Amino acid sequence: MRRKLAPYLLILPGGLWLVLFLVVPLVFMASVSTQEGDVVYGFVQTFHLANYTDALVQYKTQFLRSVGYGLAGTVAAIALAYPVAYWIAFKGGSRKSTYLLLVLLPFFVSFVLRTVSWKFLLADDGILLQPLKDAGMLPADFHILATSVAVIGGLTYCYMPFMILPIYVALERVDPRVVEAAHDLYATPRESFTKIVLPLSLPGVFAGVLMTFVPMTSDYVNAAILGGPANTMIGNIIQTEYLTNNNYPVGAALSFTLMAVMLVGIFVYARALGTENVLEAAAR
Amino acid sequence: MSGPASTPVSTPVSTATAPRAEAPAPGPPRRGRSRKGDRVLFAYTWLVLVWLFLPIAVMIVFGFNDTKSKSNVSWQGFTFKWWGRLGDYPELTGALWNSISIALIATAVTTALGTLMGIALGRYRFRGQGATNLVMFAAISSPELVMGTSLLSLFISMGVQTGYWTVVIAHVLFSVSFVAVTVRARVVGLDGSVEEAARDLGASTWITFWRVTFPMILPGVISGALLAFALSIDDFVITQFTSGTTTTFPLWIYGAVRIGVPPQVNILGTLIFAVGVAIAVINTVTSRRRT
Repeated sequence: MRRKLAPYLLILPGGLWLVLFLVVPLVFMASVSTQEGDVVYGFVQTFHLANYTDALVQYKTQFLRSVGYGLAGTVAAIALAYPVAYWIAFKGGSRKSTYLLLVLLPFFVSFVLRTVSWKFLLADDGILLQPLKDAGMLPADFHILATSVAVIGGLTYCYMPFMILPIYVALERVDPRVVEAAHDLYATPRESFTKIVLPLSLPGVFAGVLMTFVPMTSDYVNAAILGGPANTMIGNIIQTEYLTNNNYPVGAALSFTLMAVMLVGIFVYARALGTENVLEAAAR
Repeated sequence: MSGPASTPVSTPVSTATAPRAEAPAPGPPRRGRSRKGDRVLFAYTWLVLVWLFLPIAVMIVFGFNDTKSKSNVSWQGFTFKWWGRLGDYPELTGALWNSISIALIATAVTTALGTLMGIALGRYRFRGQGATNLVMFAAISSPELVMGTSLLSLFISMGVQTGYWTVVIAHVLFSVSFVAVTVRARVVGLDGSVEEAARDLGASTWITFWRVTFPMILPGVISGALLAFALSIDDFVITQFTSGTTTTFPLWIYGAVRIGVPPQVNILGTLIFAVGVAIAVINTVTSRRRT
């Protein structure tokens, strides 16, 4: 009897914490999202589903922009991460762990501080642009901050490790004997890459996409620090509705919609690739 | 993760004994023109590394900038003076202490809860295990924004004033699953016969746990705790939603962006970075010695 109870007693405190502060709050947010009222007179539950349609109509642009930025950032992250992961996995030799540590080190600096640092770097009169402007290589009004390039670049930068690591793990698992066999059967280096290494490493890429696209799309810090009024993402709107306007129902409706879009996206993505494939990749 | 797959094919006899790190791993494309390809890849990797380190270098260097204006953007000469004036912004210092104390409290709670969960998940088969795994996966993968907004919705609906302790609650929430997963991995790899031997020699359950089981899972507990601390001290999004009027280090920096971030922030960031690097290096070196 005692042995049967043991796992439940061990799970209880942590499990209770997760249920109370992860599952229950979602129910409350669902409830808030259909309320009406304001912060002075209080909010009343009226099952006002129009909060959703109103919010979506009003902020459609920001929603689409967030998904677009998320996709662009994810693609950029793959392009930057894959060759690096490949090089470390196959050419790193005895210094693999040193290279991995080097890749991870920048992320020991606070996320906000790193983004602020990019703002310094890319400033209109900052250390990158000002010298080029002085040399006449760029027009005086050239700027990177407050453009979509700055925001997408910032997003790509922030989530790089989540792309490099899964791809590295997948490449590291590729059995060199399989590649050797391809060479012995007269495959060119290009063929052995596209037909052997790339397919075997795809689960890592899928896992990386899963781990970067969702946080990139719901990010608002990069858009707030590096972007301008024309680069507002849905996260910025939700943050403003909650923390500045105290318009909780609209914020909750947007947040719920964002979560639903992400869940549907993950589901479709998983189905398209074969569920086991993605779950297996995610489990790593 | 590694195993025999990464040992060279040319020496099949020695695969079991060869220290795998010493072996020159034969990468896939390795004939003819691949040497040129290698050089391109090498350069690409270093370019990406430079890109990754660029903002860190700027952060460190501009802590020594003799800036006159509020915005610390252009280089105006080298100085050590900000190091002597670290405490110029009492609110910044307070925010940093908040960050550290919140991280310490959250780490202590998270490590206790997560370790228990990890032991349960690694050792027992029980009904509800799948559901537990699902909730943990949800906690790890849901967007911070959704966690932050839903927690704030809860606190508002219940009339709870957000502040220091609601931040602690939130930090335990998002890191407990990471500790549980780390400890579970360690528990799964345990050799049960050692505990059995202890019991055969007359040790009680309690003694067996503290003298035998716990020391064996301790490395997992320590890495879980370090991870929880790192996640907590760096968190911005969930903290912003649950902090009310309490300020943490990242929140203070975010608030200062518009009016200009003082060099003190760069120096404090550099110090935190140095401590993190030191811990990571020590952890890597000791874990290499252990295996």
